[in-house]
Amino acid sequence: MTLAGTPGLVEMKVDHGETTLVVDPARLVEACTYLRDDEGFDFLSDISSVDYLGWSDEPVAGYWGGPSSGASAGRDLNTPGTWGLARKPAPKPKRFAVNLHLLSVRSGAREAPRVRVQVWVDDGETVPSVVSVWPTADWQEREVWDMMGIRFAGHPDLTRILMDDDWEGFPLRKDYPIGGEPVRFSGEE
Amino acid sequence: MAVAPEKRRGSIYEGSRIPQPIPSVLQVPEALRKADDILEVNFGPNHPSTHGVLRLIVELDGERVVGLRAVVGYLHTGFEKSMESKTWWKAIPYAPRMDYLAFQANELAFVLAIEKLLGIEVPPKATWMRMLLTELNRVHSHLVWLGTSALELGAISPFWYTFRERDRVLDLFEMVTGVRMHTRYFQVGGLAEDIPRGFFDECRKFCEIMPGAVDQYEQLLTQNEIWLKRTKGVGLLSAEDAIAMGQSGPVLRGSGVDWDLRRAQPYLAYDQVDFDVPVYYNGDVWDRYKVHMDEMRESTRIVAQALEGMPGGPWIADDRKVVLPPREELHTSMETLIHHFKLVTEGFRVPEGEVYVTIESPRGEFGCYLCSDGGPRPWRVRFRTPSFIALQATATLMTDALVADMIAAVGSLDTVMGECDR
Repeated sequence: MTLAGTPGLVEMKVDHGETTLVVDPARLVEACTYLRDDEGFDFLSDISSVDYLGWSDEPVAGYWGGPSSGASAGRDLNTPGTWGLARKPAPKPKRFAVNLHLLSVRSGAREAPRVRVQVWVDDGETVPSVVSVWPTADWQEREVWDMMGIRFAGHPDLTRILMDDDWEGFPLRKDYPIGGEPVRFSGEE
Repeated sequence: MAVAPEKRRGSIYEGSRIPQPIPSVLQVPEALRKADDILEVNFGPNHPSTHGVLRLIVELDGERVVGLRAVVGYLHTGFEKSMESKTWWKAIPYAPRMDYLAFQANELAFVLAIEKLLGIEVPPKATWMRMLLTELNRVHSHLVWLGTSALELGAISPFWYTFRERDRVLDLFEMVTGVRMHTRYFQVGGLAEDIPRGFFDECRKFCEIMPGAVDQYEQLLTQNEIWLKRTKGVGLLSAEDAIAMGQSGPVLRGSGVDWDLRRAQPYLAYDQVDFDVPVYYNGDVWDRYKVHMDEMRESTRIVAQALEGMPGGPWIADDRKVVLPPREELHTSMETLIHHFKLVTEGFRVPEGEVYVTIESPRGEFGCYLCSDGGPRPWRVRFRTPSFIALQATATLMTDALVADMIAAVGSLDTVMGECDR
């Protein structure tokens, strides 16, 4: 009965004091049910998605160090990256990450007060819906679909929520331009 | 808060009321649907009592609500997308602009998340001042909620009283930050400017009048027979359903769940001040109202303690890679000038990684998820906004309810549509 015993667990890591459980998408519902019933994470705080398209294409001039380099947290001021010393961030396994941020409200946390369940998918792949585990996932999954174009298999009503029903494209994808939507001016037919 | 045992009750209703199969949609039962006597009414998007642009498609059988679907998104302006194209520094003003009532809470969550990625140390004076201002902000948000919610139910007087005190809070904000709303006073590493002289005195005066003012609002409403009839037993939500629907803040505490992030997972200096978390157990509009009233008193207590305990010292971290250097040094130090120039033109860089930071905003659990690739701009910004989550529960609240109670029930969720749609 530990977080390490989560079904379908691929990797468990702790960065910035936050526990991340990378889970096999196919076993997400099973993992979430386990976390809710056995680990006490009764509260789904948030479902957020990230599009990593072009993530490690361009070198970035930044402060290297931090969790990805093995340091505990934050910057190492002795290794600043200037524009001349830019480096590429560590590559990601797939294009999209879907993060479920869980919280334990009633039962009290044993190992960590919050946990992030992460699944990785490519364009066109689906993530199993967790509406049956936490009903609050309903609108959050609709928002991820609306903004990122990630489908949730088994969602009872997967439609757009923030954008118009007939909107084309997924605005938060990295290949969606800013200011790219057509604007109709008055006087124009 | 210690609650007398007689206040506790069993379950508010039997089982779960969350609609199936879609948790956020109340569907008309087949038997009624065939009767062909259902009236579909559009409530909103532009309706004076929706606190923004919310559309509720309501299906009525006489006075009874048998179907309900909330439609949001009318105020979607792509905050998260816009912030990706700004430097970290220039993205800060976006965060408060989502919500015109809890602006500082939103700003705080974003700044705290950046600081967590940076691993920067914030001086205690800035931490305490942030706590003071966000508590004032909570009073401000609750005051507007109270005034407008009472107004929607026909009580016009509380509105004038609450806006009287709200203006005093805004005066305090103006004194500190120069503007009344959307203050952008929290800077990565501390505060944007030092606390002005005279602020503590003015704030102390506010702390003296505020408890009396809350008593006045209660005199207007708590014994008011119309108010009691419109709020007691209306918009029911049990503790189990509230947690399953992700409700937080006053809605959760009004449903009998003793949960407050300020106490459960303290941030800022909340572990060094003394305050109570009000909890009520009936899960109706009345209990949410009582939670708001008690929270205003508790927030005033925290503000008073923050005034007493405010440490001295610097108001922003001395970190030349993130924080603008002192203005006077620019004339004498070449290195300072370079740092200033680089920060203003390129912005600071944030190490690669992802964090999720939550705070107890006036509306509940406000979360900020950040992902950085190590560069000067956020790769992804995401806000978990309590209003968006709260509106999902509309269908649960309106199960077996009358259409006249809808305004009271939806109003008690304390939603701001700008924050909901982002």
